Amino acid sequence: MLLIKNGRVLDPASKTDAPRDILLDGERIAKIAPTGKISLANGAEVFDAAGLIVAPGFIDMHVHLREPGQENSETIETGTLAAARGGFTAVCCMPNTKPVNDNASITRFIADRAKAHGHVRVWPIGAASVGSKGEAIAEIGAMRDAGIVAVSDDGKPIATAKLARQIMDYCRTLELPVIEHAEDVSLAAGAVMREGIASTRLGLPGMPAAAESVCVARDVQLAELTGARLHIAHLSAKASLDQVRYAKQNGLRVSCEVTPHHFTLIDEDVTYDSRYKMNPPLAARADREALWQGLADGTVDAIATDHAPHEPALKDVEFDKSPFGILGFETALGLALEQLVHSGKLSLMRMVELFTTGPARVLGKERKLAVSEPADITIFSLDRAWTYNVKESASKSRNSPFDGKSFKGGPAATIVAGKIVYRA
Amino acid sequence: MRLVEKSQLMSAAEIDRTLQRLAHQIVEKSGGTRHLALIGIRRRGVPLAQRIAQAMRGIDGVEVPVGTLDITLYRDDLSTVAPQAVLQSSHISFPVDSLDLVLVDDVLYTGRTVRAAMNGLFDLGRPKRVSLCVLIDRGHREMPIEAQYVGRDIQTSDTEIIEVRLREIDNEERVILVDRVES
Amino acid sequence: MTYRFRDLLALEPLSADELTFILDQSQPFQEIQRHPLKKLATLRGKTVVLAFFENSTRTRLSFGTAASRLGADTMNLQAEASSLKKGETLLDTANNLNAMKPDCFVMRHSSSGAADFVARHLEIPVVNAGDGTHEHPSQGLLDALTIRDRKGTLKNLNVTILGDISHSRVARSNIHLLGKFGCRFTLCGPAMWVPRELEKIGPPGTPIRCVYRVEEALEDADVIIVLRVQTERLHEPSLAQNDYILLYQLNAERMRLAKKDALILHPGPINRGIEITPEVADGPRSAVLEQVTNGVSVRMAILYLLMVGATEGTHPALEVKGETKPKESAHASD
Repeated sequence: MLLIKNGRVLDPASKTDAPRDILLDGERIAKIAPTGKISLANGAEVFDAAGLIVAPGFIDMHVHLREPGQENSETIETGTLAAARGGFTAVCCMPNTKPVNDNASITRFIADRAKAHGHVRVWPIGAASVGSKGEAIAEIGAMRDAGIVAVSDDGKPIATAKLARQIMDYCRTLELPVIEHAEDVSLAAGAVMREGIASTRLGLPGMPAAAESVCVARDVQLAELTGARLHIAHLSAKASLDQVRYAKQNGLRVSCEVTPHHFTLIDEDVTYDSRYKMNPPLAARADREALWQGLADGTVDAIATDHAPHEPALKDVEFDKSPFGILGFETALGLALEQLVHSGKLSLMRMVELFTTGPARVLGKERKLAVSEPADITIFSLDRAWTYNVKESASKSRNSPFDGKSFKGGPAATIVAGKIVYRA
Repeated sequence: MRLVEKSQLMSAAEIDRTLQRLAHQIVEKSGGTRHLALIGIRRRGVPLAQRIAQAMRGIDGVEVPVGTLDITLYRDDLSTVAPQAVLQSSHISFPVDSLDLVLVDDVLYTGRTVRAAMNGLFDLGRPKRVSLCVLIDRGHREMPIEAQYVGRDIQTSDTEIIEVRLREIDNEERVILVDRVES
Repeated sequence: MTYRFRDLLALEPLSADELTFILDQSQPFQEIQRHPLKKLATLRGKTVVLAFFENSTRTRLSFGTAASRLGADTMNLQAEASSLKKGETLLDTANNLNAMKPDCFVMRHSSSGAADFVARHLEIPVVNAGDGTHEHPSQGLLDALTIRDRKGTLKNLNVTILGDISHSRVARSNIHLLGKFGCRFTLCGPAMWVPRELEKIGPPGTPIRCVYRVEEALEDADVIIVLRVQTERLHEPSLAQNDYILLYQLNAERMRLAKKDALILHPGPINRGIEITPEVADGPRSAVLEQVTNGVSVRMAILYLLMVGATEGTHPALEVKGETKPKESAHASD
């Protein structure tokens, strides 16, 4: 038994924003009542959440845990510990491991490792095509039965419109969302950042915003053709957002996510430091404004980190030779509070929604604080001052542009299945 | 450490008289001005060389070529102790081969500047003879170098500094003895 | 004045005064090139690494000559022979060369920002001898010295740059330097090579216009910088060579549109008969060989400024994010 008392409970599902105590019994929520109304059972542990926000467990629907295959960069154990420290209670790991998670045995391997070593829940995403090579459809049905929550060829787009159409058709019948890394690979070929004044100044090859939005347009039209659930991963460009908005207005089952780095940084922030290199690359100032708008008005469904660890030796190279991607877990909530809530762009409730019910809905799950629901809870502070020191990260990697950054507010405790897996 | 002026060693008039004398000595000893050229060492050797050349014109009516030499690149302390020094241009517009060159500087002290200047000169060619003319010789040599033409010998201690001030550079004209005093 | 950075990675962060200072310090070395004996002992006992990860003949020889005329020894690394071919990372290569205790690291590399990256890891001065499509600071300086010698000033000139601007590190260094002296730029070439974003990369307020007709670009030009048409850039969609010659080649007839005293520069090596005709490249308005001579002088000045007076322990701790590090101020002894 664990009693979380004196907290301010925020639950987007029930639109609750009130002082409540929550009693957890084992892996489930046992009771929710106004502060002080739950009498303490014998032997119950107490978490005093005075001055803190108590929310449903955060979900990060786009992460890379690197296991199997690239354990020098991350493992399920280290990655999920970093996730716990970021306030996440569940993460969806992308299939671009080595080997690619394109069959049920890899899916089960990941699920087993997560069960044995994971600090938070791990919901695998299966490859859409065999080896994510864009040729044949992967054994999606078998992977579904093994526990995948979606399919994606993340790291690259589903190679051809024809295959994307077939996968969407198939996944509609399997009730799985298709998550698309939207990129026109010919427009993006050789590029290491967004094309613009900054890339021109730095002499770094750039890809235009259209490298993303052209593919989003393709997929939105295919979603219309197939009726599939399409989710655009790490959406970065205004033109892409406009496509998603159009799709939603027309009743299509299209959703999208935005990363903390895209709503925080822009191409003008890029230096030759490879910690500023990710795909999609940091976008233009106008794109960031559009993302803020989309996060506020509901066009964006989820904040997802695209946590992409790379061991230091891989990132400590020339900018153009570095792999894409940065760490995301531990700074996500701090950045969301700073960029979206403290700045007044979003209500606190809306931000929590983007971390909880938003991604849950995309994945066809529920996320709420209610009796007998899973005891997955994220407790965070709005005002605790702290500084991110990447050397102390739980991740095996160090590739964060936010090293040394000071934050106001962040995770206070992460509770998964009734257990406190992280406490600040 | 403070710098205190101790005494005036030469007035403007004395400097002028001394340069006239040096010009005469050089012309006499060189047997005329025909193969003669003056090289002023930057910075204060340059106006001194020009004035000596002017005085020679009065003696012989001949224009003696004057070059200027910046010795910074030839210093022996650049890569070790010295702070970065700003380079000045050298202008030696005549071929130095077979000439009778007179290096001109304000003060002869350790001899290191002259050593550097000779290295610089020999990169330009093979002069017939090189001699040295200084306004003040204050002793304390660290090199086997002597001046053939000396305006004035002055005994100094090594805490003292001799400052030659020339109107072209300093807006005043005199030579003073300055001492370093612990403050 | 002294040079206040530890490295020379780019011209963009330097002020007009600092650039003028480097050009002024190049003048004494221009005289050295005229001496019968050109060898100084100024950097005797010092070693300069010439790490050319990308092939180059001219720039490597020029830096090598500059180092040698200053009395320094050189350590040469060339792309073909380098262990990069054997899979060693740039950082490992740099650290290994540095372990041989050189005093300066001159490098060329095909990745933009590579010199910046190495400078973040080494304590000795790093000179960027060209990084990808970013900057080529010594070329920018030698171009400016050549222009200043011929025109008497760098102020308020009309500068036209012809060719593949978007992939030119020379053009960027030219814009960053000459822009600080009030020059106006006209960039001209096929549209794929002259993106509009270039109009915004100069110092604040620098007038830069992109035009696509060579006739328009040459009108009123004081200085014409002709870039090499990079036939080796195979990954770029290539333009038919005949089209380039037809539309953009600098020839005698087109030169009539420029000012009578317009100066022609080319960073070399020249593709004769492609971006420029031989009669124009070799004509009286061309300064291409002066550029080469000035290259040695400018590079001597760069090595002098970075290596003289910089004794061990004077480098401040490394800073973050690729900013150039200020050097401890050293006062001129004059």
